[in-house]
Amino acid sequence: MIPLSWLVTLAGLLFGIGLLGALLSTNAVRMLISIELMLNAVNINLVAFSRYYGASQPHGEIAAIFAMVVGAAEAAVGLAIFVAVARNSKLIDIDKINLLKW
Amino acid sequence: MFTLAWLIPVFPALAWLIIGLSGKEMQNTGSQLAIPAVVVSLVCSVITLVQVAGGAQPETSWTWLEWPGFAISFGLQVDPLSAMMLVVVSLVSTLVQVYSLGYMAGDGHYSRYYANLSLFTAAMLTLVMADNYLLLLMAWEIVGLCSYLLIGHYFQNSGVPQAANKAFLTTRVGDIGLIIALAALFAGTGTFSFSEVFALAESGGIAQSTLVWITIGLFLGAAGKSAQLPFQVWLPDAMAGPTPVSALIHAATMVAAGVYLIARSLPLYLAVPEVMQLIAWVGGLTALLAAAVGLVVHDIKKVLAYSTISQLGYMMLGLGVGAYYPGVFHLMTHAFFKALLFLAAGSVIHAVHTQDMRRMGGLAKRLPYTSAAFLIGALALAGVYPFAGFYSKDSILAEVYLSGHRVLFWLGILAAVITAFYITRAVVLTFWHRPRSEAAAEAHESGPVMTVPLVILSLLALSAGWLGAEFAGNLLPRFLGSEVHHTDAVHRMVTLVASLAAMLGIGSALAFYHFRWFDPQRMAQRFSRLHRILQQAYGFDALYMRVFVQGTISLSEQVSRFDLNVIDKFVNWVGSATRSLAMGIAKLDRVLIDGFVVGMGTGLDLAGEKVRRWQSGQIANYLLSLVWAVLISILTFKIFG
Repeated sequence: MIPLSWLVTLAGLLFGIGLLGALLSTNAVRMLISIELMLNAVNINLVAFSRYYGASQPHGEIAAIFAMVVGAAEAAVGLAIFVAVARNSKLIDIDKINLLKW
Repeated sequence: MFTLAWLIPVFPALAWLIIGLSGKEMQNTGSQLAIPAVVVSLVCSVITLVQVAGGAQPETSWTWLEWPGFAISFGLQVDPLSAMMLVVVSLVSTLVQVYSLGYMAGDGHYSRYYANLSLFTAAMLTLVMADNYLLLLMAWEIVGLCSYLLIGHYFQNSGVPQAANKAFLTTRVGDIGLIIALAALFAGTGTFSFSEVFALAESGGIAQSTLVWITIGLFLGAAGKSAQLPFQVWLPDAMAGPTPVSALIHAATMVAAGVYLIARSLPLYLAVPEVMQLIAWVGGLTALLAAAVGLVVHDIKKVLAYSTISQLGYMMLGLGVGAYYPGVFHLMTHAFFKALLFLAAGSVIHAVHTQDMRRMGGLAKRLPYTSAAFLIGALALAGVYPFAGFYSKDSILAEVYLSGHRVLFWLGILAAVITAFYITRAVVLTFWHRPRSEAAAEAHESGPVMTVPLVILSLLALSAGWLGAEFAGNLLPRFLGSEVHHTDAVHRMVTLVASLAAMLGIGSALAFYHFRWFDPQRMAQRFSRLHRILQQAYGFDALYMRVFVQGTISLSEQVSRFDLNVIDKFVNWVGSATRSLAMGIAKLDRVLIDGFVVGMGTGLDLAGEKVRRWQSGQIANYLLSLVWAVLISILTFKIFG
C-alpha cells in the first residue's frame, strides 16, 4: 500500500500548483481551473485520511463526493459570471475586471 | 321646649349675605331687607328673654372637629346674661338702623352700609350666644372686622382709613392676648366650653399659673375691644365713621363685647384675685383719665367717645371688684343712654354739618326733640335720679365701697363729678345760649325716622335703671341670679355721695358755661400745662406713634437694609457664582465631550478612508489575504493551541 505521506505530499503539491495558478493567472478561466485543482487536492486528502484512519466507514469518500458536487456547481456559477462579464465588456482578464473595487 | 333663639343671628346674617351679594341691584334698597331682618331678631330676642325669665335655658351643641381623644364642639346657649344682651343688641341695632334711614339717605354706599350693619349685628348676637370660647373668638373677630369696615365707611375722606386701621390694629394687639388665653385654656383644660371650664375653675381643676395666663390674656382682649388703658387710643379716632355707627359700636356691639367677655368669664377671675385687682385699677384709672379728657375736647362726638371709654372703665371697675350684676347692669343702661346721646349728636351734626361745639349753640329751640333727647341722655350719663345711669353707677360704686377699695371708690366719685361736668358743658355749648354760626341758626329738626328712635331711647334711658331699683322688686338682679348685698346704710351713703358728685359736676359746669361766673379760657390758661396734657389725651397717641409706628418703620428700614446688603448680596453672589460655574461646565462640555464625540466621528471617517483602499477589486489580492489568513490561523493554533 502506498504510504500516507506520499498521498499527502501529492495533495500538497497539487494544492500549491492550484494556489499559485489561482493567484498568478490573469485569465479567469485558468483561475477557475486552478481552483478545481485545489479542490481535488483536498479530495485526495479526504479520501487518503479516510482510508488510513477510518477504513471501516467511508466518511471521507462521501465528503469528497460532496466537495466534487459543490465544486462543479461553483465552477458553473463562476463560468456563468465570467461569460456574462465577457459579453458585456469583451474582457476575460482578471486584473482588468475591477468592478468590485471601492 | 320650643325656642326661637337659634334664629336670632340668622336673620341679620341672611340680610348681610343677600345685600352683600346683590351689590348694585340693591344700591338704595339695602335697608328694606336689613331692617325687617333685625326687627325679626328683636322679636325673637324678646320672646327668648321671656322664656328665659320663665326658667328656660335653651342650649344646643354639635361637634365641629373630632380627633381621637378629644373633640371641639360648637354650641349656642341662652342664659339670663345672654338673653339680656340679645335684647339690648337687637334693640339698639334696630333703632340705629331705622335712624340711619334718615341719616344715611343719599349716601353713595347705602347698601354696603346696611350689609355691614347686618353682619355686625349678626356677629354680636352670635358672640353673646356662644357657649364656648372658640365660637366667641370667631364672632369677636367678625365684630372687629365689621367695626373696621364701618369706621372706614367714608374711606374717601382723608384720615378715615387711618382711623379704621388704628381701630383694627389696636384691638388686634389685645386679641393676641385673647388667643394666648384660649391656647392656655385649651392646654390647661382640653375644652373651650364655658360650663366645663367654669366647673373646672370652681373645683380648682386648673393650675393657678395657667389661670393667671388665661385671665390676663382674656383681659388684654377685652381691654382692646373695650378701649381700656392702654388700648383706649382707637376709640376717639373711630368717630371717623358715620354717627349711627358710633352709636352702635359704643353702645351695644363692639365695646360691649369686652365687658361681656369679662362678665362671662367672671368665674375664672374669682379664682385669681390679683388679676381682679388689676382689672379694677385699670377700669378705675380709665374711668377717671378718659373723663378728664372729655373736659377739653370741642368735637361733640369726641366728648361722647371719651365718655364711652370712661363709662367702660366703670364697668371694668365694677367687674374687677367682683360685682357681676352692677357691671352688667351698667353695660345695659349705658347701651341705651349712650346710643341715645350718639344718635342725638348725629341729629345735631345732620342739622348743622359740623361736629365742633364752638360752632353750635342755641339749638334747643331749633331742634326740640333732639335737644330733649340729648338732655335726657346727659342726665342719665351724669347719674341724676331717677335716670338709668343713677341706678347702675350707684350700684357699681356701692360694690366698690363694700369691697374695701377706698381709693378706687374716690376715683369713681371723682370721675362721676367730671362726667357730670363735661356732659353738662356739652349740653350748654350745643343747645343753650345763642347760635354761634349761621348753620346753627338755621338748623332744622330731622324727620320722624330719626326722632322716633330718639324718643324710644329716651324712654329707655329714663326707665332702664328702674329694672335694678328696689321699688321694682330688684327685677334685673334676680333675673341675673345675683343677690344684692349692700346694706341700706351703705347704699344710702353711696347714693348721697354720688348724687352730690353729680350735682357738683353739673353745678360747676353751669357756673362756667351757663352763668359764666368763671371764664373757662382763663382757667385753661392758668392750668395751661394740665390743659395741654388733657388736650393731647396724655400723649398716648404721640407715644404710640413714636414707639410703635416709628419703631415699626425704622425696624422695617433696618430689615430692608439688611435685605439689600446681605440677602440681596448673597443672592447676587449665588447668581454670579452659578453663572461662572455654568460657563466653566460649558467650556468643559465643548472641549471634552464635544471633542470626544467629534473626534470619534472624524477618527472613524479617517479610518474608513484608509481601510476602504484594501477593497482593491483584484480577486487575486483577496485570495492572497485569504491564504495569509489561513496560514496565520494555522500558525497561531500551532503555537498557542
